[in-house]
Amino acid sequence: MGTKNKICLLIYALTIFSLPAILRNNYHLMVLNVAALNILVVIGLSLLLGYAGQISLGHAAFFGLGAYLSAIFTTTYSLPLWPTILMAMVITAMIAYLIGIPTLKLEGHYLVMATLGFNVIIYIILIQFEAVTGGPSGFAGIPRLQVGGWTFDSDFKVYFLVWAISIGALLLSLNLIHSRVGRAMAALSHNEIAARCAGIDTEGYKVKIFVLSAILASLAGSLYAHYITFISPGTFSFFYSIQVVTMVLVGGVGSLWGAVLGAILLTILPEVLHAVKEYNVLIYGFILMVVLVFFPRGLFSGIMEVFAQKKTAAPGDSPEPRFSEKRT
Amino acid sequence: MTLSLQIFQFILSGLTTGSTYALIAIGFSLIHNATGIVNFAQGEFVMLGGMFMITFYSFLKIPMLPAFFLTVLAVAAIGQLLERGPIRAAKSKEILILVMITVGASIFIKGLSMIFWGKNPMTLPSFSGETPLILGGAAVMPQSIWIFGITMGVVVALNYFFKGTMTGKAMRAVAASRRSAMLTGIPVDRMILLSFTLSGALGAVAGIILTPITTTSYDIGVMLGLKGFSAAILGGYGSMPGAVVGGLLLGVLESLAAGLISSEYKDALAFLILLTVLFFKPSGILGQGRLRRV
Repeated sequence: MGTKNKICLLIYALTIFSLPAILRNNYHLMVLNVAALNILVVIGLSLLLGYAGQISLGHAAFFGLGAYLSAIFTTTYSLPLWPTILMAMVITAMIAYLIGIPTLKLEGHYLVMATLGFNVIIYIILIQFEAVTGGPSGFAGIPRLQVGGWTFDSDFKVYFLVWAISIGALLLSLNLIHSRVGRAMAALSHNEIAARCAGIDTEGYKVKIFVLSAILASLAGSLYAHYITFISPGTFSFFYSIQVVTMVLVGGVGSLWGAVLGAILLTILPEVLHAVKEYNVLIYGFILMVVLVFFPRGLFSGIMEVFAQKKTAAPGDSPEPRFSEKRT
Repeated sequence: MTLSLQIFQFILSGLTTGSTYALIAIGFSLIHNATGIVNFAQGEFVMLGGMFMITFYSFLKIPMLPAFFLTVLAVAAIGQLLERGPIRAAKSKEILILVMITVGASIFIKGLSMIFWGKNPMTLPSFSGETPLILGGAAVMPQSIWIFGITMGVVVALNYFFKGTMTGKAMRAVAASRRSAMLTGIPVDRMILLSFTLSGALGAVAGIILTPITTTSYDIGVMLGLKGFSAAILGGYGSMPGAVVGGLLLGVLESLAAGLISSEYKDALAFLILLTVLFFKPSGILGQGRLRRV
């Protein structure tokens, strides 16, 4: 990871961890905590979109799997907290693998539809399988996050935990794209056939990125469940999948920093506009459409380019997005 | 009722819903063939069809037949608007970007409809009474016959359009190869516009004929769109006969599963089928197997 990224990350972390000194309002902290969790989901999606050229509209399902698996196993079966979260991540990864294998081999938008279908299935199961999931009325009484007897029982305490995890995931992802794996993925995103000729297992990488993004979503879901202590199916509907994808696209394809900014902006925006919460769907649809029509590289890409002075030194940094099909 | 009669009954009702899936699937295929994109707003066209019909027929008291055509025109115009506006204005013509634009358009339309028509489900009266007909021991609603009949009429008309008219042939040429079509002087942009218009019209027809049976509300679009897409994949994406076969088959399978296994998970079945087909035979039942693997 380049020096610029290191400096950016340092400034970012310092800003984040000094914010609670100014913000003592629990509501503000809660919005930011949710933003941290959204960032976790969005980082994975950004890797998937930027490096595999694929969009998933089913990440709400992976988020929901994390939340419900960890809620059910810690509450109903009183399993220990962190091993359960880990187990939820493993199960989600396996499911993502099963979906990714057939769909990522095909070009085009099969993953979009397959993940959307999967999202719908999970949503139906969450509502119908009432005995286990609590059905439409939700699942309550989930134990709070805990580390060695220390309970994270306020928004203030949770803030440091979720942001530490969120920044940690960003650090790992930045490292990942600057590693051998990242260079392979950059090659794959530039020209898949050329990458393959160079001996890169392109299919394998695509599936791995997809699974990684599902794991991050599952982790975010588990943290969400143990933070809010109550979950209901509505949170994990297809609309959340749209929201996170919009965050990535607003931030710009292939730019992790853009995705982070997109997530923060679009988590805060609806809260600022909460007088018009009824119009949330409308606003998201509008933003998604306008950004894609006029700024297909993302709203921040312009700003980021000036800021980073067109990093030409680090080729793996923001690859040109490559989509599987051309409009012939 | 004996089991075989029950199954017969389920198949009949499956063919009814399956017909509308077929119409939606054809809409997907039309746009896919012309542009290569999946139009996520296809389901919204169906929702708009029902909503406009209710507005024209139940609120503005326009007689049924003119209301029907007005609705088809209105939704076809919205289809045109989608192509003329966001799709044509898009700076990037990459498939995935265009697909995501239709996703944005779809939830935008959904949001507008919620504000305009509210959140309550609405319905239309059946076209001709509610007295069920008895067919081989099974009860059939007159509306089901309308649905099946109108769908078959539309399919026959489309078949004539694509095989017998110059414009239809031009659209097929564009589907076969956009570049060669352009070289032979076919106005490709107009054909693309036409494909969106036709898809809007087909969605409207599906919405109008389905509403008396299932009711409609602002949020049914996503589910219907997905069902139509699953049907298209099942039959072979981009193939017209495939769309019809896929739609009818999906409707029947869904109805059998709902009747014999569990109605709660009925909606999940379509996606299970979708995932299975993608897994084992992504070109679908009638697909030509031209699907390129990367």
